Amino acid sequence: MPPVLELRGVSKAFPGVLANDHIDLTLEEGEIHALLGENGAGKTTLMNILYGLYKPDEGQIFVRGEQVEIHGPSDAIAHGVGMVHQHFMLIPVMTVTENVMLGVETTRNGIFLDRAAVAKRIREISEQYGLEVEPDAYVKDLPVGAQQRVEIIKVLYRQADILILDEPTAVLTPQEVEGLFKVLRTLVAKGKSIIFITHKLKEVMALADRITVLRGGKMAGSVTPKEASQEKLAAMMVGRQVNLTVRKKEAKPAEVAIAVKDLFVRDERKNMTVRGVSFDVRVGEVLGVAGVQGNGQTELVYALTGLLPAVSGTISILGKPLRRASPRKILERGVAHVPEDRQKHGLILSFPIHDNLVLCSYYLPPNARGIAMQGNTIIATATKLVEQFDVRTPSVYVNASTLSGGNQQKVIVAREFSRPIKLLIASQPTRGLDVGSIEYIHNRIVAKRDEGTAVLLVSPELDEIIALSDRIAVMYKGQIVDIIPAAGVNRKYLGLLMAGVKPAEALETTPRTTDEVEVERVF
Amino acid sequence: MKSKADKTKATPKPAEAEAQPAKGKRGFWAQVGQTLLIPALAMFTGLLFGAIIIVITDPHVLAAYKNFLSDPLTALASPFVAVFNAYGALFTGSFGSPAALVTGIQSYFATGESKLLLKAIYPFTESLVTATPYIFAGLAVALGFRCGLFNIGAEGQFFIGALCSAYVGYAFQMPWYIHLPLALLAGALGGAIWGAIPGYLKAVTGAHEVVNTIMMNWIAFRLSDWLLTGPMMASGYRPVTPVIADSAFLPRLFPAPLRFNVGFFLALAVAALVWWFLFKTTLGFEIRAVGSNPDAARYAGMSTVRNFVLVMVLSGALAGLAGASQVLGVDHWVGQGFSAGYGFDSIALALLGKSHPFGVVVAAILFGFMRGGATRMQSMAGIPIDIISVIQGFVIIFVAAPAIIRAIYRLRAARTEETVLTRGWGK
Repeated sequence: MPPVLELRGVSKAFPGVLANDHIDLTLEEGEIHALLGENGAGKTTLMNILYGLYKPDEGQIFVRGEQVEIHGPSDAIAHGVGMVHQHFMLIPVMTVTENVMLGVETTRNGIFLDRAAVAKRIREISEQYGLEVEPDAYVKDLPVGAQQRVEIIKVLYRQADILILDEPTAVLTPQEVEGLFKVLRTLVAKGKSIIFITHKLKEVMALADRITVLRGGKMAGSVTPKEASQEKLAAMMVGRQVNLTVRKKEAKPAEVAIAVKDLFVRDERKNMTVRGVSFDVRVGEVLGVAGVQGNGQTELVYALTGLLPAVSGTISILGKPLRRASPRKILERGVAHVPEDRQKHGLILSFPIHDNLVLCSYYLPPNARGIAMQGNTIIATATKLVEQFDVRTPSVYVNASTLSGGNQQKVIVAREFSRPIKLLIASQPTRGLDVGSIEYIHNRIVAKRDEGTAVLLVSPELDEIIALSDRIAVMYKGQIVDIIPAAGVNRKYLGLLMAGVKPAEALETTPRTTDEVEVERVF
Repeated sequence: MKSKADKTKATPKPAEAEAQPAKGKRGFWAQVGQTLLIPALAMFTGLLFGAIIIVITDPHVLAAYKNFLSDPLTALASPFVAVFNAYGALFTGSFGSPAALVTGIQSYFATGESKLLLKAIYPFTESLVTATPYIFAGLAVALGFRCGLFNIGAEGQFFIGALCSAYVGYAFQMPWYIHLPLALLAGALGGAIWGAIPGYLKAVTGAHEVVNTIMMNWIAFRLSDWLLTGPMMASGYRPVTPVIADSAFLPRLFPAPLRFNVGFFLALAVAALVWWFLFKTTLGFEIRAVGSNPDAARYAGMSTVRNFVLVMVLSGALAGLAGASQVLGVDHWVGQGFSAGYGFDSIALALLGKSHPFGVVVAAILFGFMRGGATRMQSMAGIPIDIISVIQGFVIIFVAAPAIIRAIYRLRAARTEETVLTRGWGK
């Protein structure tokens, strides 16, 4: 029997890059095939070709042994190919039923929407595959995990039997990830076939039947989980041996660098998103703030760095209280900030690298004398920093926009780490970065800690939090629900707190710590 | 010289370190080429479209085509003749006639008589005279763009600046070395105040500068109507100010009727100063940072609000200087309708000059020559002056929407960021 789907020698070039270079991919019926690779490896391009959004320059696509041409999503759907995007394509103010029928509306007498019939079909699908969803619920009221189930139902409703899931776990809590895996296993057991795009090694090992690794647009290999190990896969992704664990010594916490008490913050839309947060971070330790995105972490960091005013509560840095301080005052107290959104806050993309490297210190000697900026000094320092922090760029004169995400982040890290700092606030410092850059930035953060800097690390990636932190605070709906020592922490317990379970209730079923040694960092 | 050479020998740099800046410099020139390409093509296309309109509207062409059957050659040639005549007149009107120039030089060397020579260079100097306020006003708008502000109020600031310097010019008697700087300063100050008001309103209340600068224009126009018919009116019946004192004149470099004066060189010096300010000082760095990415500027500890006010003050001062240079160097008095669109044209040339001080100078001189030649084009070729406005309009559209030019000439989109000129109505 021919494979469900086969790509043969698919190539696609964009001006200046060969995004896909003769890729072969074979998807058997009832198989979960993981497509693994770093950002920019060509995973998304390949899937967009399959979904008809790009036209390949070369190569053929076969569905069930027949060669097909896919000119657009409607062709893809006609061939039974369905895509679940990383960013959900749902309309929040509509019900599940309405979202599912959108574009393929079923009608009575040609003009009236037949919601009941669609809802019935949704119930059938959800029973058949274990996708629990209430058809009459409004999408805006559903948790993220349930919204994802709606997306999957949408694809199944269109009778797809080849499902492509693009980074489906990025927005989920650990428990939701397990739930998703269960659904995916049921789907393949009932004859569907799945392509699962990810850069997380642990998930691949747990779920996939077959793994194809892409690197720089080329096939780096195709293996089964039995033949592979996380180290081997990481090496295939990056093209060299990668150190998967963050080696760090025991923390030696000293004096309190930042103390926050009863902090309340409103976001830009005036919603109270931080509601009574208290914690402190000591010099020489990393406090990790875990939590699903959108639980007030962003606004907490903005308040600490002066980008948003606090409604009430106190913040004191190195014993001195901060009151209505401007971002500059806070910077000058020795606070460094690696912002969550590097292109919004971290860089001026239309400025050359050397100007981005002095973004926070352009007015201080030796970068300026009076109001005259010292171009030669700035360029000399920039050249040194680019080398020291391994920023891959033709020169310091090129605009920041020309750099890859990893190198942009390195520019920010170089700027913030090269200043004399006492407190580092790093918000999602490795978001969207490749394994090599993650490794580099993690080591830099640990080195900063050991130099005697307090580190506040905010990340929705639980693995990153566990790998780097000495203590872990879990944030849920604007509050810190628990602060736990990171050594031996139970990932399940953190997952429950992240999902909103109260610590007391969580402890009834799940201990805080586990004997499983959790040092492995997974991408 | 020798010691310098020794020094480089004594401290040999690693090859890498030297190769990198070199690469960067080459990138710089490539970037300059890339930056100039679109404005140049926009200008060219604008002239092309202008030519089409000249052909369509020219009665001679129409007449020639009516006789197409009897005289097809004339008909076919007529569009080219029309365009050649028009742009030929535009050229001689702005640069002067080369033949007259040769005669002028010959007679000057033969007889020592400079009259013919002066007459020959008259069109050229007049074009530069027109370019002078364009440079100042263009710099004003460009400075605003660099900070992400759209100063539509250059027209009003220009007018207020002119009135202030005219007042200082006719109301006082002083030695020139005090009077002239004081009159220039008054112009700059008047414009600065007119710019500061919308700047302050934006900073404090968030009111959009486009709306407020437009409103300030109207206030300036009506205020000047009142001043010119009341407090500042010269004796007589015409709504004009008295003529300013000689001591406040920007010195002219040639005998009358040539009006070319040091204002042009002052404008060039100010352009250089603005360049230094924008690209070599911490204040300019902040302005450009706020203009390119206000979020990142705030993150880096800059005050966006303070920069908005600062830029509107400086922008207003530059527009005010434009008015001052026109009064002190050319007209020597202010009448109604004095500003005549200089402030509005300056928006176009700031766009054409890509908001770079040197680009603005080039664009301003270009506009000066077009305006200068337009009058002659009208009298010689019978093409209305308005065609110049039409050409300017096309140029603005092409510069503001480079995608059109890229589509016409099948250029690939530049990979660098487009300069963000202004921001929308949001926050």
